[in-house]
Amino acid sequence: MEAIILQILNGLDKGSAYALIALGLTLIFGTLGVVNFAHGALFMIGAFCAVIMQRLLGLSFEMVDETKTDFLGNPLKVQVPYVESWFGPELGGAIINWSVPLGIALAIPVMIVLGFVMERGLIKHFYKRPHADQILVTFGLAIVLQEIIKYFFGANPIQTGAPDMLSGSFDFGTMLGFDPNVIIYPLWRLVYFLFALFIIAGVFAFLQFTTFGMVVRAGMADRETVGLLGIDIDRRFTIMFGLAAAVAGLAGVMYTPILAPNYHMGMDFLVLSFVVVVVGGMGSLPGAVAAGFLLGILQSFASMNEIKSIIPGIDQVIIYLVAIVILLTRPRGLMGRKGVMED
Amino acid sequence: MFGLSAKDTRFLLIVVFLTLATPILLQPFPETSSLAQFNAGYPDLMQKFAIFGIFAIGFNILFGLTGYLSFGHAAFLGVGSYTVVWMYKLLGYNVLPGLVLAVIISALFALLIGFISLRRSGIYFSILTLAFAQMSYNLAYSVLTPITNGETGLQVYSNDPQILMGENSPTSPHLFGLVMRDSVQVDVGGWLFTFNIGYYFCAIIAILAFYISLRIFRSPFGMMLRAIKTNQTRMNYTGLNSRPYTLAAFVISGMYAGLAGGLLASMDPLAGAERMQWTASGEVVLMTILGGAGTLMGPVLGAGFIKYCENIFSKINDGVLHGWFAFMPDGLEDFVIALIHPFVGKGWHLTLGILFMLVVIFLPGGLVEGGQRLARLFRRKRKAGGPSRKDPEHRPNPEPHVAE
Amino acid sequence: MTNSNLTRRGVLKTGAVTGAGLALPTIFTSRASAFTNEPTGSTVKFGFNVPQTGPYAEEGLDELRAQELAVEHLNGMGDGGMLQTFSSKALDGTGILGKKVEFVTGDTQTKSDAARASAKSMIEKDGVVMINGGSSSGVAVAVQGLCQEAGIIFMAGLTHSNDTTGKDRKANGFRHFFNAYMSGAALAPVLEKAYGTERRAYHLTADYTWGYTQQESIQASTEALGWQTVNNVLTPVGAGDFSSYITPVLQSGADVLILNHYGGDMVNSLTQAVQFGLRDKQVNGKNFEIVVPLYSELMAEGAGANIKGVYGSMNWNWQLQDPGTKAFVKSFGEKYGRPPSNSAHTCYVQTLLYADAVARAGSFNPCAVVEALEDFDFDGMGNGPTTYRGADHQCFKDVLVMKGAENPTTQFDVLEIVEVTPRAQVEYAPDHPMFGGAEASLGECNDGA
Repeated sequence: MEAIILQILNGLDKGSAYALIALGLTLIFGTLGVVNFAHGALFMIGAFCAVIMQRLLGLSFEMVDETKTDFLGNPLKVQVPYVESWFGPELGGAIINWSVPLGIALAIPVMIVLGFVMERGLIKHFYKRPHADQILVTFGLAIVLQEIIKYFFGANPIQTGAPDMLSGSFDFGTMLGFDPNVIIYPLWRLVYFLFALFIIAGVFAFLQFTTFGMVVRAGMADRETVGLLGIDIDRRFTIMFGLAAAVAGLAGVMYTPILAPNYHMGMDFLVLSFVVVVVGGMGSLPGAVAAGFLLGILQSFASMNEIKSIIPGIDQVIIYLVAIVILLTRPRGLMGRKGVMED
Repeated sequence: MFGLSAKDTRFLLIVVFLTLATPILLQPFPETSSLAQFNAGYPDLMQKFAIFGIFAIGFNILFGLTGYLSFGHAAFLGVGSYTVVWMYKLLGYNVLPGLVLAVIISALFALLIGFISLRRSGIYFSILTLAFAQMSYNLAYSVLTPITNGETGLQVYSNDPQILMGENSPTSPHLFGLVMRDSVQVDVGGWLFTFNIGYYFCAIIAILAFYISLRIFRSPFGMMLRAIKTNQTRMNYTGLNSRPYTLAAFVISGMYAGLAGGLLASMDPLAGAERMQWTASGEVVLMTILGGAGTLMGPVLGAGFIKYCENIFSKINDGVLHGWFAFMPDGLEDFVIALIHPFVGKGWHLTLGILFMLVVIFLPGGLVEGGQRLARLFRRKRKAGGPSRKDPEHRPNPEPHVAE
Repeated sequence: MTNSNLTRRGVLKTGAVTGAGLALPTIFTSRASAFTNEPTGSTVKFGFNVPQTGPYAEEGLDELRAQELAVEHLNGMGDGGMLQTFSSKALDGTGILGKKVEFVTGDTQTKSDAARASAKSMIEKDGVVMINGGSSSGVAVAVQGLCQEAGIIFMAGLTHSNDTTGKDRKANGFRHFFNAYMSGAALAPVLEKAYGTERRAYHLTADYTWGYTQQESIQASTEALGWQTVNNVLTPVGAGDFSSYITPVLQSGADVLILNHYGGDMVNSLTQAVQFGLRDKQVNGKNFEIVVPLYSELMAEGAGANIKGVYGSMNWNWQLQDPGTKAFVKSFGEKYGRPPSNSAHTCYVQTLLYADAVARAGSFNPCAVVEALEDFDFDGMGNGPTTYRGADHQCFKDVLVMKGAENPTTQFDVLEIVEVTPRAQVEYAPDHPMFGGAEASLGECNDGA
């Protein structure tokens, strides 16, 4: 029982990441009709916003410490962050410690601007091109983006920890009436899950309850008619692209304490997020979210030793297996509409 | 000739000539010149050109004609390779049994995957094929290690049975004694040309593959496939069941992929699991689109282009750059090298990504269109003011992909 | 038809001369030279085949730095590095046998196919006599097999699987780096001292060949201490999120978690295990502990504070105090502004060892080199007295047991040396069952002629 609860928690957490990425991907696809292979790269750049924030806050000047020596035997140059010298070591240290959440402040503008530039500068010209061309150009862009990151940050994973206050674990089991020390869960993972719920709710509310959202939804349903009504749908779609990029970016920033970011993490998530989107049904936002959580939880269950001992290797293929089963039983995924991306 | 129209025969003969002359054409710079770095006329790369050419030609039969975008063709490539290496292990180093079996097994595999995946179309089909290929890859890498030797790759060990191995049989892949690795090198002035048996073996098979693909393109069957791409619903309304045709195209292209995989293992007796990874499937998609999907020559060009980048640009390091720009004054030299440095050596991916974008932005029809534009440019000059219509075939404008 | 597989340089030289001498182009086919890529000019070419893209790119970059440095030292530039401390004095800083050393580089992408393609282009196009580098065992085994077929020498880089000099050993291949068995043998006594003999271990193992041999080795040596193995769970490579593999650990009654992971997987699984509070727990009345059998300083850097107090093993570390290490760290540090990693060290040493073997043998012929390297005893390369065993081409030397430092002062000393395990403790018979047993054989040395 405890094992199952734990795996559900794990699955919800994995699912949050899948759902957020798939949500952004579906926003872009649903509004613009563009298959965006650079979406994984956007997730990765979001994660590096946290790294950049950490580096910015950690910007240091060198102070020579005569008492210590470096590896060549010269006096050691100690790096003192400016933040620490301005605010004192305690407050300064605390600020640096919070660099991941603070990274959000950086990620939102960066991702929105990046989204705008991408849409206006590149994607716009591909609306009328075949999907194959869109795949090629966004895949090229993804490679370029990740190589740029590699150029500046190297290929190794970079540790970006959660703030000390949130980096511990807590006993979830005692709340549910289990014995202590049975269901232990890291605080940050809970934060991530709640954060994901908040973003997902925010996106849905935005589309459901604002005029802007209504126009966009109308545009998703029938772009031409909306255009005939004299509404500038293009501008709104650009904004949607920025929003989708921001969702991917935020998913990335907050994921860094769980997964140390490296330059190719976007590619690792790309295939998976496409599977999630398709299982959910092309163009369906609730479908993408549901599929994200479903696949996350199933993947966690498949990793359980009891199941692995019956079918070895099932944890490696479960996602694909589920995708096949769902697509064969439900032709357009969980909640897909007829005629979308079927030609 | 060969059941082809005069124009196609000419085309085929040009392809045959280009293929056979590759060892010379790809060696444009003398060995001693500093540009010899760009020479691609060494056996391994030429073999790769031919093999991935076959792979892409086969992929194009499915994608270019029917429009079905498979993201899992690397699985067949891997199956072909594993089959051939297993034949080495069981029978001996003659490539023929392995290649024949590779084509058969990949056909069966393609039949199975195609039968299931073709129940869906569009991106749903793509994801189904992707899922099958990724499952094959993940299992080959880990759980199936006893069959595939996992990460290390399947290879021949001295204690393998190899029941057909005679006393004097070659100890590397061969075709009835013609050892694939052997080459003849000819030195003409400063130019060194390597004529490799393995390459010519691949080249001849590639020409055959190209010829078959040409015949398919021109056949009623090919016409039917194109009809499916244009409008499948209308096809169905006329009472035709399109599934058998698409399945046939899928199996044929799977056989091409299996053949290519088998040839990879024929040139180099090792089969690695990465051959089945989605990146490998993606690569053949990129080759085809980059070269020009639906054209005969495009996929081959795309294959050559990507393999060239991978093998040539990745080997240019700072030392080589310094060699090239040594004639410049020091400051300028360092500046130029700093400018080029991010794009070569460990940055070859960046170059590839940028080239992808440039080609698809400026040449919507792929490299083939680039060639056609060049040709048109020359022709127009000759005709001087002749009528040049933008759309001579009156193709319908493509539907916008927005809000379908 | 002439059988002249994979040769080039010989023809090139003659051809150029003839071509220049006569106005008309002369056409002739090459005669087989004495061995593959026999260097006939004033230079000799090495191939440095390292991962430049993909997850191990940083490690590859460090290997490349070391290899460049080695070439500099061989050609008499720089301060000579370990050439000053190396026990063999056959090299004098004028290249090798009077030939200046040049090198070409390639990208393995940490994929056996790509690595072989890159190695082939070095052999066929550039005419290298030796290939060195790499950061994974799959690649090492694949390239080693290729070099064996082609008739050149392979000096393995970072490869830790038992198979490289076990069931996949080849006459033309040599490994200086230590292996999984040695890691287990070196770690066991330290673990016994620190954690006692009554422990229950839970293994998470990367689901590929290196993981299997690593797990097998460490399980054998910990069980010899009296530890029990509760479970061994295989995890997909590049899984990213290991949470669903970590959560069952606490319920299993295990009190030690052994992470048979490397690279990014190690960084993530270790970080996540710490996040799940494993190290704060008491199980069976003992503190819960984590062990990472194979460390690399580049990856340790990526794991940050999470590695504090975690034991692991290494081939070499820049903090050693012998003269060889000091000389190498000095010349590497002055050139690149950072201490070398252990993968850089092994590539540097391998390059020098190859050059030295050629100099001692008086020939670039691979078979002569093999003979010179087999059962070669040397010292002054940072690992103490070392032997290249002839039976399997594995180096035998001391192994370092490391621990994550409690208070690192810079990013370079996140690991500290706990113990230098003497060589005698990590030795094994060449026909050890983990190394292919009696069936494993080097085969015949191949010079490609």
